[in-house]
Amino acid sequence: MQYIQQVLFLVMAISAIAFFSKKVAEIRRNIFLGKSEDLSDNPGIRWKNVLLLAMGQRKMFKNIPVAIMHFIIYAGFIIINIEVLEIVLDGLLGTHRLFLPYLGEFYGWLINIFEWLAFGVIVVCVVFLARRNWINIKRLVNKDLNGWPKTDANFILITEIVLMSLFLTMNATDQVLQTRGDAHYMNTGSFVISSQLMPLFAGLSDSALIAIERSAWWIHIVGIFAFLNYLPYSKHLHIALAFPNAYYAKLDSVGKMKNMPEVQNEVLYAMQPELAPANAAPPASFGAKDVFDLSWKNLLDAYSCTECGRCTAECPANSTGKLLSPRKIMMATRDRLEDVGKNINQNKSFVADQKSLLHDYISVEELRACTTCNACVEACPVSISPLDIIVELRRSLIMEESNAPQEWNGTFSNIENNFAPWKFSPDDRDKWATEMASQ
Amino acid sequence: MKVNTMAEMMANGETPDILFWVGCAGSFDQRAQKITKAFATILHKVGLKYAILGKEEACTGDPARRAGNEFLFQMMAYQNIQTLNAYNIKKIVTTCPHCFNTLKNEYPELGGNYEVIHHTTLLQQLINEGKIVLKEGGSFKGKKISYHDSCYLGRANDIYEAPRKVLEALDAELVEMKRCRTNGLCCGAGGAQMFKEDEPGDKRINIDRADEALETGAKFIAAACPFCNTMMSDGVKNREKEAEVAVLDIAEMIAESMA
Repeated sequence: MQYIQQVLFLVMAISAIAFFSKKVAEIRRNIFLGKSEDLSDNPGIRWKNVLLLAMGQRKMFKNIPVAIMHFIIYAGFIIINIEVLEIVLDGLLGTHRLFLPYLGEFYGWLINIFEWLAFGVIVVCVVFLARRNWINIKRLVNKDLNGWPKTDANFILITEIVLMSLFLTMNATDQVLQTRGDAHYMNTGSFVISSQLMPLFAGLSDSALIAIERSAWWIHIVGIFAFLNYLPYSKHLHIALAFPNAYYAKLDSVGKMKNMPEVQNEVLYAMQPELAPANAAPPASFGAKDVFDLSWKNLLDAYSCTECGRCTAECPANSTGKLLSPRKIMMATRDRLEDVGKNINQNKSFVADQKSLLHDYISVEELRACTTCNACVEACPVSISPLDIIVELRRSLIMEESNAPQEWNGTFSNIENNFAPWKFSPDDRDKWATEMASQ
Repeated sequence: MKVNTMAEMMANGETPDILFWVGCAGSFDQRAQKITKAFATILHKVGLKYAILGKEEACTGDPARRAGNEFLFQMMAYQNIQTLNAYNIKKIVTTCPHCFNTLKNEYPELGGNYEVIHHTTLLQQLINEGKIVLKEGGSFKGKKISYHDSCYLGRANDIYEAPRKVLEALDAELVEMKRCRTNGLCCGAGGAQMFKEDEPGDKRINIDRADEALETGAKFIAAACPFCNTMMSDGVKNREKEAEVAVLDIAEMIAESMA
């Protein structure tokens, strides 16, 4: 009987990890569908960003109460993993509380920390559920989240509450069983939170208690493996990707737009034909029409987005009722990339599907509303740049489709012919100086 | 007061300490011309040897690039860099954060390497060095001033303190808007929005920002960008507050307060 449980556990663990790895490989493949971009410079500054932005969650601390609550879940998640290690080893070896004999008193101390964190996580998840569902926090009830994204968010919070409750239930029933002198349930000393739950189980028979304890143990660990496999399909993937995304964050001034050397050269060769190489081929395309034309960092951004909406809350276009929402830009990019990924899974390589990120997932009206103010970039706690994607799509619109509002066409021709965005004579550029001379 | 062009200086065998990059708004827009003149007056008064490019200056290409027209941007950049390098320009000051950002951050990889500073930074330096001397009890003394952060100065280039330090030198009462510094709200002009109608929505961005500025109760809204200036002025006018609240560039305030 004991061995059956161990074998079952082993099979479950291996398949959970195998499924997870397969999906991770798929996401990695999808991200590298993007154009290459060398972001390996300045490792020192990049590691500092990982430390401050990802581990330290510096940008979250713009709103201190929310930052503290988020930090509790984050710390809980990381630290409780030590306990999961014991649970996994117990499952594989058929032991019970493997670490207890080795750690002695320290064991109880450690579990107490986990219990405080578990309790904290439950409280915060309840508050977060309230913020999402009953208190009208604008960015959390925004129409970007209608349908699956809202369900996804609630599902994550509820799962965390359930997992933590199972952990506490397991410990509570374990302690009741300890009082009954069951040798299997070694004395651990009292646990700070779960001991408060003991009266709930006091009236149950030994066998009922064992059944509850074992069920809680099993559902908890099965739940963790299931949640692991849910991650890659969910916005919750940020718990992993926030780290590489901070590492590969842009280090230049956010005001600097990415150069297009191919256009720079085209202009150079037009001005100085003697510099043009004999076999200079014109560039294939300009800007981004689809995910393949974006950089891999833009695609990593899309998978790192947890749809918190701080970008959209700060966006001047969105807050004045325009269609643009930076969060939706990221969600649309991920949706498109996932669709492309499914297409590749089915057909071995991508088969054109008459769709593109531009137009089918992100509309011209959205792109046109951006003021390039960088408020979204500044707001993002996990170093995402929606602006990068917006600008690349704008480039495709203008340079590939000549799709510009009439006023912009006028502006362009003024800049080209009069060297200013307005229709003034270039001869009048220093008229103000002439006026000053005569004053 | 004579404003020299680079061509004139070169003909006289002179080299300026700094090139004043005026920008299109500063050159052609009637409101922004006043900022240009105020800043030129300051440069003149402190005795800084400066020059302008005059008719040889052209749009940096910022609005074209941000609208998506990289070809036009590269053409303008090529032309400007040729001009600037031909004159062997080392240092540039500009009154426009968009020109500032493009010259400082985007021209270097295209072959244009200059020390570029924004006029608010230069003003702060001149005040610190004692070269700008302000009148005792100037017209802004004790008055409430609210400074509007320009995106291309603030978030894009981390310049938040210089303009505020300059305003403090006016002995005024600085009041911050709800969204300021890194959280500053855009005036609505950037990304070539200045040159087209708004997309459909329920409010104009400049009106939203003007409302926020008016909420502070400030008598003066200080700007450091000719486009922000236009947007904020329009917003204030829209709320029919132009008689009580003035939108001024920091250079105008300093020029008016110089001893």
